[in-house]
Amino acid sequence: MDFLNEMTLSFSSKSMNENFARAAVSAFVLPLDPTINELADIKTAVSEAVTNAIIHGYEYGDGIITVCAKICPGGKVVIKVKDKGKGIEDVKQALEPLFTTVGGERAGLGFAVMQSFMDSLKVKSRPGSGTVVTMEKFIIRRSRTDSCTAPQKDEVIPNDKA
Amino acid sequence: MNVKTVYDSGTLTALLSGDIDHHSARKMRRIIDGDIEICRPEKLILDFRRVQFMDSSGIGLIMGRYRLMSLCGGSVDIVNIPQPLERIVKLSGITTLMKV
Ligand SMILES: Nc1ncnc2c1ncn2[C@@H]1O[C@H](COP(=O)(O)OP(=O)(O)O)[C@@H](O)[C@H]1O
Ligand SMILES: [Mg+2]
Repeated sequence: MDFLNEMTLSFSSKSMNENFARAAVSAFVLPLDPTINELADIKTAVSEAVTNAIIHGYEYGDGIITVCAKICPGGKVVIKVKDKGKGIEDVKQALEPLFTTVGGERAGLGFAVMQSFMDSLKVKSRPGSGTVVTMEKFIIRRSRTDSCTAPQKDEVIPNDKA
Repeated sequence: MNVKTVYDSGTLTALLSGDIDHHSARKMRRIIDGDIEICRPEKLILDFRRVQFMDSSGIGLIMGRYRLMSLCGGSVDIVNIPQPLERIVKLSGITTLMKV
């Protein structure tokens, strides 16, 4: 086996579940002892992918969204967000920052955020059958590091101000 | 409620709190736009001090209010962005459009 822990979550395509999905993934990766920023990055990326499944994949209609998360050796977190919605015609174009097929309040930044907040992003989609978004992020070892590793910047204990 | 608004001499201040995602942004938008309609402010201040989380729906919320205020020559200021939200704000480029 190449993973240390995994979970799968299926839920209805309802916007109230955006909060649920990112809270669940956040709780799942917590044993890796991520920094506040690493956790915020993961929550934001999950929120973007799940929101896309709801508003673009299922276009606010009924459907099931599945989120799988895996923790692999070396602190690698792999997250998949799947829908069986309408799919993406042109993935390359969809990934471009500011590109959106719905005007109004969409910023067209969802994929740009996933790309910049995670270490990798892959999008597999077929029009008419759905979309799978796969994201990876390495949680840098901190509390589990061996003693020869230098402390992270935010862990340096400040000198006493005399 | 996750939006509290105060109007004072031409300025409408909206204090946002909690998580801003696609779900909550829709409700926030309705409240803010309702108050803009009533008060007709010259300036809108969006105060993020109590916001714990924000994804790109928050950027959409900001941009939408910016467009609305611009229609009648008004302006938007973004204040008190918490440190964890700085990255998404920077990535969005809104800092070139309004005061943050
Ligand atoms: N799960 C999905 N199913 C179908 N289309 C999608 C999906 N996710 C993204 N898209 C398409 O990709 C575009 C860009 O997505 P994104 O970068 O998140 O911007 P936004 O959500 O603001 O439109 C969307 O406008 C939509 O056309
Ligand atoms: Mg999106």
